[in-house]
Amino acid sequence: MTEVIGRLFDFSGTGALLHLPFVRTALLAAAVLGLIAGLLAPLIVTRGMSFAVHGTAELSFTGGAAALLAGVSVGLGAVVGALVASVVFGLLGLRHRERDSVIGVVLAFGLGLGVLLLALYQGRSANKFGLLTGSIVSVDSTNLWLLTGCAAVVIGVLLVYYRPLLFASADPGVAAARGVPVRLLSMVFAVLIGLSTALAVPAVGAILVLAVMVTPGAAAARVSSNPAVVTALSVLFAEVALIGGVVLSLAPGVPISGYVTTLIFLCYVGCRLVARYRRPTATTPRESRISAH
Amino acid sequence: MTTLGSSVRPGQAGLAAAEVPDGVAAVELRGATMALGERVLWDGLDLRVEPGEFLAVLGPNGSGKTTLLKVLLGQRELSSGSARVGGRAPRGGSTRIGYIPQQQPMDPDTPLRARDLVGLGLDGHRLGLRLGRGGGARRAKVDAALAAVGATGYANMPVGRLSGGEQQRLRVAQALAGDPSVLLCDEPLLSLDLANQRVVSQLIDQRRIEAATAVLFVTHEINPVLPLVDRVLYLVNGQFRVGTPEQVMTSEVLSELYHTQVDVLRVRDRLVVVGAEDPGVHCEQGT
Repeated sequence: MTEVIGRLFDFSGTGALLHLPFVRTALLAAAVLGLIAGLLAPLIVTRGMSFAVHGTAELSFTGGAAALLAGVSVGLGAVVGALVASVVFGLLGLRHRERDSVIGVVLAFGLGLGVLLLALYQGRSANKFGLLTGSIVSVDSTNLWLLTGCAAVVIGVLLVYYRPLLFASADPGVAAARGVPVRLLSMVFAVLIGLSTALAVPAVGAILVLAVMVTPGAAAARVSSNPAVVTALSVLFAEVALIGGVVLSLAPGVPISGYVTTLIFLCYVGCRLVARYRRPTATTPRESRISAH
Repeated sequence: MTTLGSSVRPGQAGLAAAEVPDGVAAVELRGATMALGERVLWDGLDLRVEPGEFLAVLGPNGSGKTTLLKVLLGQRELSSGSARVGGRAPRGGSTRIGYIPQQQPMDPDTPLRARDLVGLGLDGHRLGLRLGRGGGARRAKVDAALAAVGATGYANMPVGRLSGGEQQRLRVAQALAGDPSVLLCDEPLLSLDLANQRVVSQLIDQRRIEAATAVLFVTHEINPVLPLVDRVLYLVNGQFRVGTPEQVMTSEVLSELYHTQVDVLRVRDRLVVVGAEDPGVHCEQGT
């Protein structure tokens, strides 16, 4: 037991490993992923799309598994799977209740199909497991370019559409009245989620995508309501978790997922504690707090 | 289907909002018909709302009040007839429209402060980030809109943690920040206490007097806005009447609309309508 724990916290070789080229690539990939996940997370939380992200990730896994079986690029399969899922979920638009049940139905089917496809695959089992739990050190230079290209698309779209997206996400009724194309933006945002999720799946794994796509935004929203501050904090948390996860996982030689999810969970718990300390009666109406002073 | 008093013109029509050319109605419906399958919500509706006019849209649940707003927002197509907002066919909303929805609970973790909600009304429809350019002027506009509704004290509070009355004041500030020529209000006083009902309706009234903004005010309860209303559009079961409150809010007219005996009583400055309860709120329908 102590041996296992000792291995998980053995960072003696970390310094030397940081100089290896594939580690550099992994760190860069983590940084790029952290940036786009951190930028999108507050909008995902505001739109209440956590479950849609999860569904997209599972279908990205299905796409990856199909690609593995067909012998084509797993990354490409993951992107196609995630884009199909995100377009379907985007078409469902803003009708939350219906959306959740449809996501549940599609997710379960996609996951089952993915498991079947993996069972039919005769190759290395590490390839199978990698889709579910991720392995960022397997990101090579081609994947890094794909990642960077997609990140450029995400950032470019956000630079142009951030304000109407925020309007449509936080206040859809009034945004539509003011001429914001709410349905179109819902689709655009779904595609952004699809792209980002597909890139995150090979790195952190299908079942852990929520940790980087949702938790940073949820944590940041606990401590601020200024959209600029929330976005900045969200990016910071995502970077800390992803880069920290890569560095910590190097010497023990285990998947980064455990470290990433732990780091981001600590960020979230920390934010909740800060919020509780700063707003001791956060759940009670504001008036009663003023009269208590 | 007769329209009663459709030639009535409001007193404030002389003031034209800057964006609307002279002589163009703020809102105009001609022969407007809305049918949902077999059911006709309204048929042959002719309506002209002048700049600066305050029109209350009344009627029971399901009579098509909100559907009318959706037509003007370009979110629903008329079955037949035409609709114009500021002289143009509505299509997918417009920056010349200010929209005040009914108060609804917001997630306390919504990442918006009061000033951000108002700011979205000012330029939330624009593309691109604002990076420094015009930041001071924008801030001054948002501050002025917040001050106008008395929201300066909670300008930096998260919107999700404000009371219903505070949120509705912000909704007014948000709608007015965009300098609209038409204000579409969908039950904005619902679930507010009397004091806040008065504040919110007076802020809306002040705007239409100062800037000749036309107001379409959907409500199921006319009393909070009765002193402000120029005309009433009353919709019931496919029938409608347009006219001043004195013309429409009478026992004869409402009895005819509801096909049953309805009594309108005047108690001081309030109207009490007896016998026209929403069929939807009763278990025994068709009695």
